[in-house]
Amino acid sequence: MLRLQRIANVFRAARLRRELDEELEFHLAERIDDLIGAGLSPREAEREARRRFGGYTRTREETGDADMARWLESLLQDLRYGARQLALNPAFTVVATLSLALGIGANSAMFQLINALRFRGLPVEEPARLAAVEWGPNFHGMGSFGGRNSRFTFAQLRQIQLRQKAFTGVMAFGTTRFNLSPSGEARYAEGLYVTPNFLDVLGVQPTLGAWLDPRTNAEDCSQAGALVNYQFWLRELGGDVNAVGGEIAIDGRTFPVAAVTPPSFFGVEPARRFDIALPVCAQALFAEDGRGRLADKTFWWLTPIGRLRPDWSAERASAHLRDISPAILRESLPESYRPDSAERYLANRLRAESAPAGVSSVRSQYENPLWILLASTGLVLAIACANLANLLLARACSREREIAVRTALGASRARLVSQLIAESAPLALLGAGLGAGIAGALSRAMVAFLQAGEAGLEIQLGVDWRVFAFTAGLAVATCLLFGLAPALRATRAAPADAMRGGRTSTAGSDQSGPRRALAAAQIALSLILLVGALLFGRSLQNLLATDPGLDAEGVLVAAVDARSSVAAPERRLIALEQLGDRLTARPEVESAAFALFTPFSGSGWNEHVHAADDPDPGEGVNVWFNGVGPGYFEAMRTPLLAGRDFQQRDDRGSPSVAIVNQRFAERLFGSDNPIGRSFRYPGALGETDPVFEIVGLVKDSKYSGLREERRAIAYVPVAQLEGVQNELSFVVRARGPLQGAMEGFRSELAQVDVGLKVEFSVLAVQVERSVMTERLMAGLSSGFGILAALLSTLGLYGVMAYMVARRRKEIGVRMALGAQGSAIRALVLGEVGRLTAIGLAIGLAGSVALSRYAESLLFGIGPNDVSTLAAGCVLLAVTAFGAAWIPVCRAVAVDPSEVLRDD
Amino acid sequence: MGAGKNDILQGTLALLVLATLSTRGPCHGYGLCGHIQAASTELLRVEEGSLYPALHRMQQAGWLRASWGQTEKGRRAKFYEITDLGRRQLADEKRSWAQLTQGVALVLGAGA
Repeated sequence: MLRLQRIANVFRAARLRRELDEELEFHLAERIDDLIGAGLSPREAEREARRRFGGYTRTREETGDADMARWLESLLQDLRYGARQLALNPAFTVVATLSLALGIGANSAMFQLINALRFRGLPVEEPARLAAVEWGPNFHGMGSFGGRNSRFTFAQLRQIQLRQKAFTGVMAFGTTRFNLSPSGEARYAEGLYVTPNFLDVLGVQPTLGAWLDPRTNAEDCSQAGALVNYQFWLRELGGDVNAVGGEIAIDGRTFPVAAVTPPSFFGVEPARRFDIALPVCAQALFAEDGRGRLADKTFWWLTPIGRLRPDWSAERASAHLRDISPAILRESLPESYRPDSAERYLANRLRAESAPAGVSSVRSQYENPLWILLASTGLVLAIACANLANLLLARACSREREIAVRTALGASRARLVSQLIAESAPLALLGAGLGAGIAGALSRAMVAFLQAGEAGLEIQLGVDWRVFAFTAGLAVATCLLFGLAPALRATRAAPADAMRGGRTSTAGSDQSGPRRALAAAQIALSLILLVGALLFGRSLQNLLATDPGLDAEGVLVAAVDARSSVAAPERRLIALEQLGDRLTARPEVESAAFALFTPFSGSGWNEHVHAADDPDPGEGVNVWFNGVGPGYFEAMRTPLLAGRDFQQRDDRGSPSVAIVNQRFAERLFGSDNPIGRSFRYPGALGETDPVFEIVGLVKDSKYSGLREERRAIAYVPVAQLEGVQNELSFVVRARGPLQGAMEGFRSELAQVDVGLKVEFSVLAVQVERSVMTERLMAGLSSGFGILAALLSTLGLYGVMAYMVARRRKEIGVRMALGAQGSAIRALVLGEVGRLTAIGLAIGLAGSVALSRYAESLLFGIGPNDVSTLAAGCVLLAVTAFGAAWIPVCRAVAVDPSEVLRDD
Repeated sequence: MGAGKNDILQGTLALLVLATLSTRGPCHGYGLCGHIQAASTELLRVEEGSLYPALHRMQQAGWLRASWGQTEKGRRAKFYEITDLGRRQLADEKRSWAQLTQGVALVLGAGA
């Protein structure tokens, strides 16, 4: 408390000084009175009083020291001095603050995103004790995969829950979308299927209502209700307390609204929101066979998360899970697996992975790019700091004499260094403050960009202690970075030399050494960033230049949900075919066809395929499948190279046929003509292998993204597939704007079947989304690259201008002795060339060392592409010489007579 | 500095100030000088220049409390007053002073 008093006194120093003066004056006045009383004259009395009192000023100082924390007072003085300096040089202040703010802001923004995805604990009870159950390396499993993080089948989950001892409970969830619209255009909510103990394991209490008893049998759907997210409750249910207990229509069925989550709870996937959760049993209600994924041992759709027992670590849980894996796998082995698959399945092992921040597919997708971006912003900030250090070095040099005088008078070096650093603190504070604002705007913009690419993506930004500590740490680090070097440098000069002062007449290399080193370092860092920007830019260019094998422009995708169709399941395909015919007849539509999957949607189906007559099939060729209707290739503008398209007659009653792409033909038949040949893939255990006759050959096209290598693709007629009638899409090539085709589709839909629901998307947008990460990297890294080049140009300009100013006399003397302008130019440019060459050499080494971290994000270009490295060097060299232009002109314009007269 | 007058030993000033304030009640700096001198029958002399830093340090340490008031002559002065903490400190210092003088006396006695 008393210590605080001394600190507080610093802030009322003026009043304390006044009071102290008054106190001491009183003492003197009393003494004088007494002395006069003793017979001295007033003048003598005053002299005597002062003599007796001793050193008035010293007493005053010492007494003040007792009152105040002097270190704080001097710190404040230094800060004030620094702030005054900033106010005196507004141009310097603005440039410095902006470059710092941009640097700190960009860093902090990247960190906010990484923090939201990686570090921040889930808003649940003791998130540190959560662990996800995962598969070990070399996982092998076959079947259907549904949803994000689709890792486990329901049978496996039951076995894990039954046998594990490491967790107080294991819950699981699967992701899905729920259609809230009763008919017409679908309106989707982000959905979860969860086990009854979902909230219990997380330790989350509903804000309203009550959720299932955690001990409820997961297959028992008698009490199934919906758990709705707080935000969804506000948005869709009007925040009405009475909504709990009411009903909500989901995928054509009604469920009671059982409970509302707390406001902070967003689920267990950071960057994802969920709107509605239903118990896993509801999946069976929606299934046509009434059992659905719960009974299907080959359907992978769940992510299990457990709460570790108090004395269990994730490592111990991992070992335990590994031990019980064989039993779990034996009991959950799908009956349909052939012996070789079963053997590989049984060799799988489970492990536990600590999951305080939840599980996230978004994280694995964006974490690496974000770290690279954070590193880039770090380099930009370093360059900005180097600039400031340079400017402050110049300022420190101009204060050489002041510092020398103070050193001579006995100021310690530590005191002077701390003073100089404290003077740069206001700049760092200003930069960090402004940077925090920039960080907020930048991170929000990035989230908006990512959200445009992916529905349901929601990154909870916000400043927690980590973000605050990171930004504050940056401010301190930058302050030290740009304040320390000049401070050490300025206080090093021997006072006698500095006081003798004056300008050195030659290039005093020890004077500009650190500044030149900084300039070279800036060039090196800029080169690394520029090379990165060029690599990412060219990757994007390469991606966009790849031939997708289809024309996405002008194609509307209409995903039709036929589960609540008025037609019986076996009649639905016919209804859809009718819809297709009616669509094609409309003037807004050029062509329309079915597809089971649309390219770039992320869904797919693959099989290991052999030529039908291959005697020793071995592993087979990994082939991607799609079911399409007649006219699909025409609608997609994928050229049919040989054979025929599917026709109406290719249905269940006729032999199975397929159209394959060039890659498929190459892989299975080499250069032979594939038309008329047959292929097969292994059927389930005890069933014969499906065999297909190839009737057509089409050009290669992309299946799920522009990045992918050429894939072998086989297309089969939708009409020959089973159980797909509920989840087909139409690809519609529109005449004119897509809006027209959409209107046309809606009106035909209502006439064919009122129970059909549709969701539209634009194929070109899906293609665009598949290059999102690349676009993000290319855009941001080139922004940072340009910023870095700009900052280091400024830095180099500063160093060269300073060098010319310092060597003005030398240049004048040389000119007086007959040096030509060209020689002077060569002198300055030689210096620039040296700095640039050193910087580029270091930068090249750095680029080569660092670029491999970006390799996985590149496309069609190696990490050490020579032409890219060369382009980066040339670009920087050109800007470097551009930056030197004004100093060169100034050097050539030096008037020798004027310079010589100066002395 | 007249002969026979002792400058106050380093560290004993606080003891003298605390003792004076505890017996005489609130007092200003000038008054303290006078009291200490008078009470010691002019044997001790307070160096005026070192009194004030000591007073302020003791105030920061919480041994003294200060307030502004009027003297009989109508001048504004800062009056110091001992606190409870100060009284405890006084007791401590008295004890250590007694030990010091006793020890010194024994050494001198042995030497004599």
